[in-house]
Amino acid sequence: MYEQIGSNIWRSRGLIAFFLALIIGLGYLFAKTTDYPEILPIAVIFAILSSIGSYYYSDRIVLAMSRARPATREEHAHLVNSVEGLALAAGIPAPRIYVIDDSAPNAFATGRDPNRAVICVTTGLLEKLNRLELEGVIGHEMAHIRDYDIRLVTLVAVLAGTAVLISDWLLRSMWWGSGVSRRRRTGGSPIVLLVAIVAAILAPLAATLIQLAISRSREYLADAQGAMLTRYPDGLADALEKIAADTEPLEAANKATAHMYIVNPLKDIGGPLNALFSTHPPIEERVRRLHAM
Amino acid sequence: MVPIISTFVLAVVLGIVVIFLFWIVYLYNRMVTLRNRINNAWSQIDVQIRRRYDLIPNLVETVKGYAAHEKEVFQKVTEARAAMASATTVAEQAQAQNQITQALKSLFAVAEAYPQLKANENFMMLQEELSGTESKIAYARQFYNDTVMAYNTLIQSFPAKMLAPPFGFMEREYFPMDESAREPVKVQF
Repeated sequence: MYEQIGSNIWRSRGLIAFFLALIIGLGYLFAKTTDYPEILPIAVIFAILSSIGSYYYSDRIVLAMSRARPATREEHAHLVNSVEGLALAAGIPAPRIYVIDDSAPNAFATGRDPNRAVICVTTGLLEKLNRLELEGVIGHEMAHIRDYDIRLVTLVAVLAGTAVLISDWLLRSMWWGSGVSRRRRTGGSPIVLLVAIVAAILAPLAATLIQLAISRSREYLADAQGAMLTRYPDGLADALEKIAADTEPLEAANKATAHMYIVNPLKDIGGPLNALFSTHPPIEERVRRLHAM
Repeated sequence: MVPIISTFVLAVVLGIVVIFLFWIVYLYNRMVTLRNRINNAWSQIDVQIRRRYDLIPNLVETVKGYAAHEKEVFQKVTEARAAMASATTVAEQAQAQNQITQALKSLFAVAEAYPQLKANENFMMLQEELSGTESKIAYARQFYNDTVMAYNTLIQSFPAKMLAPPFGFMEREYFPMDESAREPVKVQF
């Protein structure tokens, strides 16, 4: 358990560092090949601003999109007690609890820090899972909240947005020729230009892949930390198997919110490339790692 | 040449000293944070224990409404609550808590024989609340132990090990386990 937690933390740190290096590299190429290196900080600010709104109001936005309603002690006593208990185990204030009326079992957590956190489960989850499995799922979500995963994922989205913006402008400025001045053309190297073009084309793809890799790494981490909270990895393992076996798609989820759920609610097509392009690790692997703890 | 070299050396030495001081400050603050977290964790356990204590009278009254003659089990519960109220040392307190747990187990076991009681809404609510509170006591203790482990690990490691005693940071103990709970459970009918 401890080893898995440690390795996942380092892995996500490594991915972020690599991401930053990628952006710095892109920025360097941009400055070298165009006349307007000042655009670089503007790109970063742009990306940050576009993410700030979604980050600050993440809880309200997602809850409204998902048509969730608050859970009450009268109606959901066991859910409320489980969340409060696991919040004690995690050492964070108890998050607000919401319920989505949908028979597809799933759950997510949101909110920008542990003081403003929200956990949301579907009525399908409450019906289909037993107590140990439910606590496993809540433990996973509690771990996301405690580890500031929502904040991390937003940061990564900002990085990805920046990478895409820079690549886009790089290509545009080259295509239209306005950015490459006569001064640079006579003194600059065509190799640098070529590298810049290739980088600009590949960067958005690389950014997406890194973003998804970070997302998967944090999911493994939340699995491990959640099992640490409940001290019972089999609970979450059984829950994941049950949720995955249920083939009903979750109506309230769409592409924008899908990455936050514990199991990808959009039952999309499989295939070999799916592993690289999915926000969540494959269920079999998650279950295997849990059983190995 | 010489003055330049010695200035450079001086700057490096000063830099190392400054970094070292920052590190000391960081370690000290970390020890303070963890110690306070332990104290908070301990009081969280108290909050849950208190909640359980407060729920019991309502439960006893509800059960008496259907099974008034089961005097033995009610007495156990009352004695256990009294033991908790009169406990002074940590060991006494831990023993009283265990007594309450055992008394509640007996009470719920007795309630099994009364289907009307089991169907009573108030009883079901109290059962869920008490079960939830027992879980919360367990989780609060788990968090307390986790925090003690982090704190002890820090002050046992180098170099915080040097820093802890002069500033009064002592190792903390894990939550006391009532030894009778380690014995195999005897089931009697």
